[in-house]
Amino acid sequence: MDTYGLLRFIADSWALLALTLVFMGVILWALRPGSRPLHDDAARSIFRNDKKPAVDDRRGEMEA
Amino acid sequence: MWDYVKLVVLGVIAVCAAIAANYARDLAYMVNAIEVMLAAGIVFLYTLRTMGEAKPVDQGEYFDSVVRAGAIATAFWGVVGFLVGVVIAFQLAFPSLNFEWLQPFGNFGRLRPLHTSAVIFAFGGNALIMSSFYVVQRTSAARLFGGSLGWFVFWGYQLVIVLAATGYVLGATQAQEYAEPVWYVDIWLTIVWVAYLVAFAGTLMKRKEPHIYVANWFYLSMILTVAMLHLGNNLAIPVSIFGSAEITVFSGVQSAMVQWWYGHNAVGFFLTAGFLGMMYYFVPKQAEKPVFSYKLSIIHFWALIFLYIWAGPHHLHYTALPDWASTLGMVFSVMLWMPSWGGMINGLMTLSGAWDKLRTDPIIRMMVVSVGFYGMSTFEGPMMSIKAVNSLSHYTDWTIGHVHSGALGWNGMITFGVLYFLVPRLWNREGLYSLKLVSWHFWLATIGIVLYASSMWVTGIMEGLMWREVDANGFLVNAFADTVAAKFPMYVVRGLGGVMFLTGALIMCYNLWMTVRAQPAKAGVAGVVPAE
Repeated sequence: MDTYGLLRFIADSWALLALTLVFMGVILWALRPGSRPLHDDAARSIFRNDKKPAVDDRRGEMEA
Repeated sequence: MWDYVKLVVLGVIAVCAAIAANYARDLAYMVNAIEVMLAAGIVFLYTLRTMGEAKPVDQGEYFDSVVRAGAIATAFWGVVGFLVGVVIAFQLAFPSLNFEWLQPFGNFGRLRPLHTSAVIFAFGGNALIMSSFYVVQRTSAARLFGGSLGWFVFWGYQLVIVLAATGYVLGATQAQEYAEPVWYVDIWLTIVWVAYLVAFAGTLMKRKEPHIYVANWFYLSMILTVAMLHLGNNLAIPVSIFGSAEITVFSGVQSAMVQWWYGHNAVGFFLTAGFLGMMYYFVPKQAEKPVFSYKLSIIHFWALIFLYIWAGPHHLHYTALPDWASTLGMVFSVMLWMPSWGGMINGLMTLSGAWDKLRTDPIIRMMVVSVGFYGMSTFEGPMMSIKAVNSLSHYTDWTIGHVHSGALGWNGMITFGVLYFLVPRLWNREGLYSLKLVSWHFWLATIGIVLYASSMWVTGIMEGLMWREVDANGFLVNAFADTVAAKFPMYVVRGLGGVMFLTGALIMCYNLWMTVRAQPAKAGVAGVVPAE
């Protein structure tokens, strides 16, 4: 098969399938049960640390 | 030691630029080389004068001086870009404004890319860099990464703008829409852009917050995708290292497809994703409420990323492009409508429970109207990408009207809102100088956009219908010149709309200037000091 045909074959079979699955996986992951407190915390993060960088590292706090 | 290295490098650049100017094969290249020489010389002198001075970086403070400079640059380039736009709008209405004594530098062909690049890359680009530096620091709770790297990004980007702008007027162009800068400007922009990525991603990596706030996702996707697009569409071989002429690697329909893959995603990621980053930070901030739905913002993000990249071929309907490719572009464009409106709803509904703010706060009104225009142009765009509609709208002024309702309405208005939000905070002022002037700006800009968009709808559809009109024997009824003559009144209305938009921007500049000059400083907050 020529390069164009080969790439075309990969693109509209496996690559298409993989991209669609990743896309759906990402959306399902966003909607997963238990994500609400994390998302609420993230949405409110813009109201913290307005004036100065934080002293304490909060990373790891919300990951449970 | 580092200062000595800098001096050597800057000195070598200045000398090489001087040699290049001497050997230059065309005027644009020579002027650009002299500009590079001057820029290197100025930085050389600055480095020399400040050598040995301690330049402490206080990790306990945000790096806001570069954001202040970015706010000034955004307002300045905005006015320049709008002004050139008004000039070329009237050149179209009154061709005698292409003055004989300014040939060829002041004619429409040279000024048009100056306008598009000034508003998209100078005004929009500075707004993106400035606001992303502000947002990434606040949401990461960390100072911008890389010491004074932010200053390199800022000044490097201004140099890109100056080189590109003078190059256009003097005749250096790659002849690819929205990618007109020639090869050496492209190389320099690549260096600046990588520095931008390092500063931005570095800040995310040293963040003290558990999450990467969604605005940063949009900004980061903008930085990464623009880098990819820029490299892909600017593959070219210079004719000489001492000239601005170059040959593109692609040719024919491949070149056209790469160009509109670039062009459409410049709209999609530069003017949409980046500015959505602004929306997701500044609208909730100004409304003092968290975003309506954080989950929806995540879905908005991924849907936009997965769909936008395929929409480019809709610029090439009924051309040599294979039919399947143009159908693919059309289908993805229509699908894009959904995430776009999801995002619009998310932005607007953030105000639910605070709708009264629309009455009292002209800044939130500006932001809401910008989100409204985002919704309107992301409906109009998919509609125009449908082949049957496109056969009427393509090559007409409808396209120009569509672009401007997006660019003036969405990008312009959200940027004005962000500037009104940021300037009092960055200069530590109590509030804006005058809310009344913000209202004036708001109405002038809104009415200006309405005049612009509606006149372009009328002239675009009229033009499209006139072009396809045939008589009983199948002959075309109208000559091209007939459509040009018929468009004259709409061209004047469009120019007036532009004048109103420009006037609004000038009022904004005065208001922001007086905010910094005349407003009392906020008491009791240490740290932030004016740039002067």
